[in-house]
Amino acid sequence: MAEAEESPGDPGTASSRPLMRDLKAVGKKFMHVLYPRKSNTLLRDWDLWGPLILCVTLALMLQRDSVDSEKDGGPQFAEVFVIVWFGAVTITLNSKLLGGNISFFQSLCVLGYCILPLTVAMLICRLVLLADPGPVNFMVRLFVVIVMFAWSIVASTAFLADSQPPNRRALAVYPVFLFYFVISWMILTFTPQ
Amino acid sequence: MASADDLAFHEFEEATNLLAETPDAATTSRSDQLTPQGHVAVAVGSGGSYGAEDEVEEESDKAALLQEKQQQQPGFWTFSYYQSFFDVDTSQVLNRIKGSLLPRPGHNFVRHHLRNRPDLYGPFWICATLAFVLAVTGNLTLVLAQRRDPSIHYSPQFHKVTVAGISIYCYAWLVPLALWGFLRWRKGVRERMGPYTFLETVCVYGYSLFVFIPMVVLWLIPVPWLQWLFGALALGLSATGLVFTLWPVVREDTRLVAMVLLSAVVLLHALLAVGCKLYFFQSLPPENVAPPPQITSLPSNIPLPPTLPQSMAPS
Repeated sequence: MAEAEESPGDPGTASSRPLMRDLKAVGKKFMHVLYPRKSNTLLRDWDLWGPLILCVTLALMLQRDSVDSEKDGGPQFAEVFVIVWFGAVTITLNSKLLGGNISFFQSLCVLGYCILPLTVAMLICRLVLLADPGPVNFMVRLFVVIVMFAWSIVASTAFLADSQPPNRRALAVYPVFLFYFVISWMILTFTPQ
Repeated sequence: MASADDLAFHEFEEATNLLAETPDAATTSRSDQLTPQGHVAVAVGSGGSYGAEDEVEEESDKAALLQEKQQQQPGFWTFSYYQSFFDVDTSQVLNRIKGSLLPRPGHNFVRHHLRNRPDLYGPFWICATLAFVLAVTGNLTLVLAQRRDPSIHYSPQFHKVTVAGISIYCYAWLVPLALWGFLRWRKGVRERMGPYTFLETVCVYGYSLFVFIPMVVLWLIPVPWLQWLFGALALGLSATGLVFTLWPVVREDTRLVAMVLLSAVVLLHALLAVGCKLYFFQSLPPENVAPPPQITSLPSNIPLPPTLPQSMAPS
């Protein structure tokens, strides 16, 4: 990440300037994910702050808040965290083993940032769940999750597909599909207690 | 470390001699096809490949001999060693999946489809898909059961994902290990055909699990005899593929050993299928499997919980 630039004149803003720069970089990448174009920004200046923020947000929203159903409930915070990071590392290793020419951290960065649509879906689902439960409620949530799932896949393949030779592209994209499918499933089956 | 050498250099004794002479080298045979090493950030010892270039020139005739065997095994500590197991194209993977779905008596899966180039992509991702599909469809079954009978308590049951993953991966890796070990132990009895390598056995098992994926999805249909029918069909296909693959290796052995081995393989496979069915799909109590008209007669004499009208409405 960016080093802190010491400016001897004003010690008050010396630590906030690189922080603002990093936050701006993260925000710019969020925009790139929401409007996926063929650009290299996500790949060139990779960082893992965005994926960390998104993963923590998602895990906090997904964890079950009641202690009574220990075995039968939804995922714990640690389980979501492990699935996201372990899944991203596995997909990256898979992509590299198949002969892709993307670096390890670039791939982690892309996969992590493309969780953004699904995090937005989780927020919307939590808001929708505040209303009455019922089939309409479920249909709305299903529609939102499906749309965001498709958005995540499109955004990540826009960045990742070019790094593979064409005869192996499907082999590299399928695990990404599985990864976001599992996350979407966790979001869809979330029931507040 | 020695056991890994046995696994990797089972058929290529020249490669062991080569590596014994140059222990620090990470020799790669098709370095022009592999990605530039500069992009490999995870590699362990990838820097060694640059120092080995003059030694590769000296042993170029040995390398040419090995090239005829179409694989030159680098050391197992290098990234390119593992890359050799992912050297498949999309069409090859689909071809292997098709071969496992339609076993034919004459066509040995290993010789015909793998052609002695096993891959790890298929087994790994088929197992991952099967584990997640099991967890998801098991959960869906609970959801559908709750729509029919609201007294069933629905919960996401996330721990089943962990159970599914661990059991599928253990099956797909430990059973081939045991089978491979057993076949190697009996190697002395056979004259004609050598046993399969460990990776070929893992490959056979991995691809044979593919047929369970559509079977599990079809288990969503809540008709019990249909579920057992699908289970039997899928198990039959999968076990047949395994038996046809193992038969050429085992038929030179004594009859007793052959029969015991093949029946053990089929039995373990059946245990896996039945275990999946019972553990992930056990949520339906027997009386609720009755057709819907009997359930809609209940609301008239039972006080309704508030969610009942909303869940009955779509049906």
